[in-house]
Amino acid sequence: MKNYEVTFIVDPVLSGDEIKATAQTYVDHLTKEGCTIVHVDEMGLRQLAYPINKRTSGVYYCIEFSSETGELISSLELALYRDERVMRFLSVKLDKYGVKYNQDKRDGKIGKVKKKEKKSKGRGQDSRSNSNSNKAKAPAKPAPKKAAPAPAPKAEVKAEAKAEEEE
Amino acid sequence: MASRDDIKFLSNPNIGKKRQKYCRFRKYGIKYIDYKDPDFLLQFVNDQGKVLPRRITGNSLKYQRKVATAVKRARHLAMMPYVTDLLK
Repeated sequence: MKNYEVTFIVDPVLSGDEIKATAQTYVDHLTKEGCTIVHVDEMGLRQLAYPINKRTSGVYYCIEFSSETGELISSLELALYRDERVMRFLSVKLDKYGVKYNQDKRDGKIGKVKKKEKKSKGRGQDSRSNSNSNKAKAPAKPAPKKAAPAPAPKAEVKAEAKAEEEE
Repeated sequence: MASRDDIKFLSNPNIGKKRQKYCRFRKYGIKYIDYKDPDFLLQFVNDQGKVLPRRITGNSLKYQRKVATAVKRARHLAMMPYVTDLLK
């Protein structure tokens, strides 16, 4: 079994029913070819980073499916190329990590991990930019982080040094 | 007597020391980089939308390649710009 994922952008000028019908045609196309649809992700109307065919927004769809052979991809891509309702598409073969990632994302496990990363990043930037306003907070936050991996006395020295820096 | 902990340095010994870079994918065990997540990929491009080099991001070669392909896929799908100014 090989896992694939095809993402495409549908013209937003079409009515809601037509947009849904467009996505449905490809789901039907794939099932007819004998592959199993894992998930159809409707990502909704999004702003494009640059205009395509003089349109500045598009409706994103992502279909994840698995099939025994890769022969159907060429016919699928040909259909997508010929379809005027589809502005842009990308078909990708997923490795085992990709399949797991998508599964985790559907279960809602992924969002949390990324939020944590973003928070830690945000903190770093905040402490840099607002070093004057957050004098009291700034030394308190990084200290426990460093204390965990480093042996205790060194961490204390570091904390003191940080305090001196602030002064 | 003054123990090791009581010694205070006149100048901060940490100044001038470079922070150790690390590959965040290795460290946090991220195996797959999603091209449909432009907010995440924004961390690996400069404000012109160019991919940052490894010497700045600290990524390992394996994951830097994956980041680069993910950014290119995102660009194709108009989730990230090919050329801009003031992206961030």
